Amino acid sequence: MVVLSGDWIVRQTGIEASAAERLLTTRSASTLSFEAAQLGRWDSALIVFLWALRAQAAKCGVAFDQAGLPPSARQLLALAPVDVVPVAVPTAHQRLPERVGRQAIAGWSEMVEVLALVGESILCVVPVLRGRAGMRRSDVLDCAWEAGIAALPIVTVVNVLVGGILAFVGAVQLRRFGASIYVANLVGVAVVREMAALMTAIIMSGRTGGAYAAHIATMQGNEEIDALRVVGIPVYDYLILPRVVALTSMMPILYLYGCAVGIFGGFVVAVAMFDLGAATFIEQTRSAVNGYQFLFGLTKSIVFGAVVAFAGCRVGLRAGRSAADVGRAATTAVVIGIVSVIALDALFAVCANALDI
Amino acid sequence: MDIGGDHPKLGVQALTVGYGKRAVQQDLSFEVKPGSIFAIMGGSGCGKSTVLKALIGLLRPSAGTICVNGEDYWAGSEQHRADLGRRFGVLFQSGALWSSMSVAENVALPLRMFTPLDNASIDALVRLKLSLVGLPSDGARMPAELSGGMRKRAGLARALSLDPEILFFDEPSAGLDPGSAARLDDLILELRDGFNTTVVLVSHELPSLFTICDDGVFLDAETRTAIAHGSPKAMRDDCKHPVVHAFMNREGSRGSNQTKGDADGSG
Repeated sequence: MVVLSGDWIVRQTGIEASAAERLLTTRSASTLSFEAAQLGRWDSALIVFLWALRAQAAKCGVAFDQAGLPPSARQLLALAPVDVVPVAVPTAHQRLPERVGRQAIAGWSEMVEVLALVGESILCVVPVLRGRAGMRRSDVLDCAWEAGIAALPIVTVVNVLVGGILAFVGAVQLRRFGASIYVANLVGVAVVREMAALMTAIIMSGRTGGAYAAHIATMQGNEEIDALRVVGIPVYDYLILPRVVALTSMMPILYLYGCAVGIFGGFVVAVAMFDLGAATFIEQTRSAVNGYQFLFGLTKSIVFGAVVAFAGCRVGLRAGRSAADVGRAATTAVVIGIVSVIALDALFAVCANALDI
Repeated sequence: MDIGGDHPKLGVQALTVGYGKRAVQQDLSFEVKPGSIFAIMGGSGCGKSTVLKALIGLLRPSAGTICVNGEDYWAGSEQHRADLGRRFGVLFQSGALWSSMSVAENVALPLRMFTPLDNASIDALVRLKLSLVGLPSDGARMPAELSGGMRKRAGLARALSLDPEILFFDEPSAGLDPGSAARLDDLILELRDGFNTTVVLVSHELPSLFTICDDGVFLDAETRTAIAHGSPKAMRDDCKHPVVHAFMNREGSRGSNQTKGDADGSG
């Protein structure tokens, strides 16, 4: 006979699951019965105790007579299985060779898929130019707004500051040789050849590439992409192409804008802090920067735009379906975007050096 | 489970809810008795879920009061609301399990946050809650691996984790096959009887309403207020209001016959 009394409330009295074991090992009885006349308020705490007791009784071969329990407790006990099932811990541990192998296979198939994506895009260039692709004009315009006009403030801030920093660092060094005047050349060449394209691409990778990945990954989670596939709308035309087209066409414009504000930033610092004449600075910049250098930067910016857009879309498409996967997709897209932009920039620099541009 | 004196478990007085200036429902008054299963009914788009949001603290009402055990829910500080809210268990329409945690961790998190229990006790409670809802061996699985019905059950286990006084359900049987829906109904009844919990559910599934609910309120989309009070069965049989009558009897004969059979079978 077990006499239950008092309150059994989880948050006040805690729970006594282990007491069940002690109760049965210390006493020998053939039947467990209950007396609940003095039982106060109770909740799960009582049920956990009774449940453990019942499992223990079954193990020891003791009969469990629940007639004395309150009817509602009997009802809850009836819902729970006789055995207390432990919550299993997942043990999916892969051995090293297996993991390496899986990674290699995944890497290979990923590469094939990216190449296919790039190939599809190249094949689409002609229909896009003729205005016959399956994408909607409004989608492209929306994406272009997002990736172009809406990005202007941050592009301005970053490029002005980079121009200013270049001028400052350059002027401090050049002044020692009495060559402060060349700060204009330094800012002009650095901004036009490298910094404007690179900084803008990095900004767009963090801002737009990440957004593409998160957007497409969320669509994946909502089964929107499945719905597109079922209806027979090519995911590529509808989702990816507008984004790639928009970002690739906006990047050169942002680049030119970045050059202008970058040089302006350098100009302000040089004129205000190092007493360079405004006219001298402008004249010096004009002599240092020529059309080829703009072309070089422009080409880079187009390539960077395409790479960032592809990375974002690709990562979004292969993301999983949970909330955490969306976050991971955004991070991955940004990392891939930034790393590949910088790596490509280095490649461009080597090529330009070899070709003597 | 304690029953709050003479007060109704949940008292709603002249409640108006809406978004911005647009009132979705206005001047609602009803009382939920302790230990009852109370239905908020109405057609799609009449504002049932919005009313539920106000009840569970997600949307501040534009006017009126909501009392829990006689205490004004929205009058106090956020802290006071959170304390009251810990007596609630909510099952969202799709389960709303936290996707980055296993099912067991989903159930355990409220216990870890709001009780001083040690890990062994929490484990025991999690096992119990998962067993009660029929998922005794699925604790280690991730929400993404579960079917829709299992997600609801897991969500219910989480709603039960703190031994709530009031359980709220948003469309409990939506998206379930008739068998699973009936089993979930039985489970709601059994848990109500077992824990003596008060249940408030939002639904328009007639079979469920007739089987499990013993009180309710009918919201109308047109007049934006309650047009009938009482148990769904009474509304079906006695209510003369044309909207309520049409709603309750639309799939009438078949739905009600089947439910009567179910009710007899389970009772």
